[in-house]
Amino acid sequence: MTNEKKMSTPAAPIPERMSGNEAVAFAIRQVNPDVMPAFPITPSTEIPQMVSSYIANGLMDTEFIPVESEHSAMSAAVGAESAGARSMTATSSAGLALMWEELLLAASNRLPIVLTLVNRTLSGPININCDHTDSMGARDTGWIQIYAENNQEVYDNYIQAYRIAEHRDVRLPVMICQDGFITSHGVQNISLLPDQPVKDFVGTYAPEEYLLNPGKPVAVGPYAVTDYVMEARKAQREAMENAKQVILDVADEFAALSGRQYGLFEEYRTADADYVMLIIGSAAGTAKEAVDELRGQGKKVGVLKLRVFRPFPEKEIAEALANCRAVAIMDRSENYSGQAGALGSEVTAGLYRQHSDILAVNYIYGLGGRDFTTEDAAAVFEELREGVEEGRPVGQYRYVGLRG
Amino acid sequence: MRTDITKINEKTPYQDLTEGLMVFAGGTAKLFKTGEWRNNTPVWDSEKCRQCLLCTPCCPDSSIPVMSGRRGNFDYDHCKGCGICANVCPFGAITMKEGMEP
Ligand code: SF4
Ligand code: SF4
Repeated sequence: MTNEKKMSTPAAPIPERMSGNEAVAFAIRQVNPDVMPAFPITPSTEIPQMVSSYIANGLMDTEFIPVESEHSAMSAAVGAESAGARSMTATSSAGLALMWEELLLAASNRLPIVLTLVNRTLSGPININCDHTDSMGARDTGWIQIYAENNQEVYDNYIQAYRIAEHRDVRLPVMICQDGFITSHGVQNISLLPDQPVKDFVGTYAPEEYLLNPGKPVAVGPYAVTDYVMEARKAQREAMENAKQVILDVADEFAALSGRQYGLFEEYRTADADYVMLIIGSAAGTAKEAVDELRGQGKKVGVLKLRVFRPFPEKEIAEALANCRAVAIMDRSENYSGQAGALGSEVTAGLYRQHSDILAVNYIYGLGGRDFTTEDAAAVFEELREGVEEGRPVGQYRYVGLRG
Repeated sequence: MRTDITKINEKTPYQDLTEGLMVFAGGTAKLFKTGEWRNNTPVWDSEKCRQCLLCTPCCPDSSIPVMSGRRGNFDYDHCKGCGICANVCPFGAITMKEGMEP
């Protein structure tokens, strides 16, 4: 079983240069999942393309299914995973939207599928660049969501994904998210692991129950009358809650293998920070750069980079923010509630429940690939400072870099 | 995880349900008495019946059992009273009656 704790010994790192798509395709080759149905969509197209090349060159033997749509891609992944095959797919934007129905089925049927998402905005206006509208739209489908700041994290997150998804306390699908173009197409230095340690870490898939199991008939995804729906959902929610500890345990084991430690989020210079920027994905790198510059000017600022959005680490975030004076909650999606972005509403709810009354300002930034610069980050920190130290009223729900 | 599903019912706490409500058995539709929804009931007249077996394959609920090449009485636990069998019978051996009882 893949669920047992394993002793991982450090593996010799392989220095390379790769884009985020290349990194995840490389990890897919190493894991060699059983089935990958996929349909191309910018900016994730390279992932199935590269995997197909690996297969054609005999470097892996995953059953690649070139389906006719993303609806079919997720349907085929649901079918393959139910049958007992370790399955995965890749997509972006409208592709994820077309999978919506099956995303919910993958989660409610408790199928540990892994989806590598390359974040791209949803129409309209139609645009191919990065924001988090796609994954944030799918935030209530019951998938675990893990975000990456850079290529290294995409690679590392994918390797950890199956251990989380397939854990017997979890058995839920995992979405590994990276920022479209910024991460997916940007070439960066990366430290890869050799094949065998990765294979050993991920283990072979041995589900307890699956469709193609002669003599042990099972029906997957049956109709549930009213007497069962609430109970099924509550059990699914518990699995999601269990995922938090499993993510941390798998991260510890991965640290032993790779020397890179992950958590639910990363705290960057927050220990004594008065002002913290809470942010997801590649823009965290920009925010860290701004923090370094501002620290040089004696400003006590820090970054809290959220890695795990589902399950949402509400309490842990509130605790991490307990000693700061103000937080900027950065949303790279607009969900039209008129109140806050997805992250903004969940973090402020968490602060309220933890009886925290720090100034919390929700910013919408980077939609449709709009640049987020160190100057933007510095301006946000300055706004927080003025709000707290000079009593200047700051709106609760603002845009960064908007004309007008 | 494998559970005897006959032990699961409307009183079962959520912790004891199967993961994803998986059903660990085959042919479980038999256990679900869809005949309880019936408003009309087919009645078979074995005297008039010529055993032509046209009715059996037309029943959408597999409720006309055949043993050794001959049909028997309806499976009223699963017959939904749609009346298709009465319509296809060329010999008037099936009549529809109002209500649940034959
Ligand atoms: S009434 Fe309908 S369900 Fe009942 S036996 Fe006839 S065909 Fe089947
Ligand atoms: S169709 Fe009529 S005659 Fe033929 S087997 Fe059925 S009941 Fe008998």
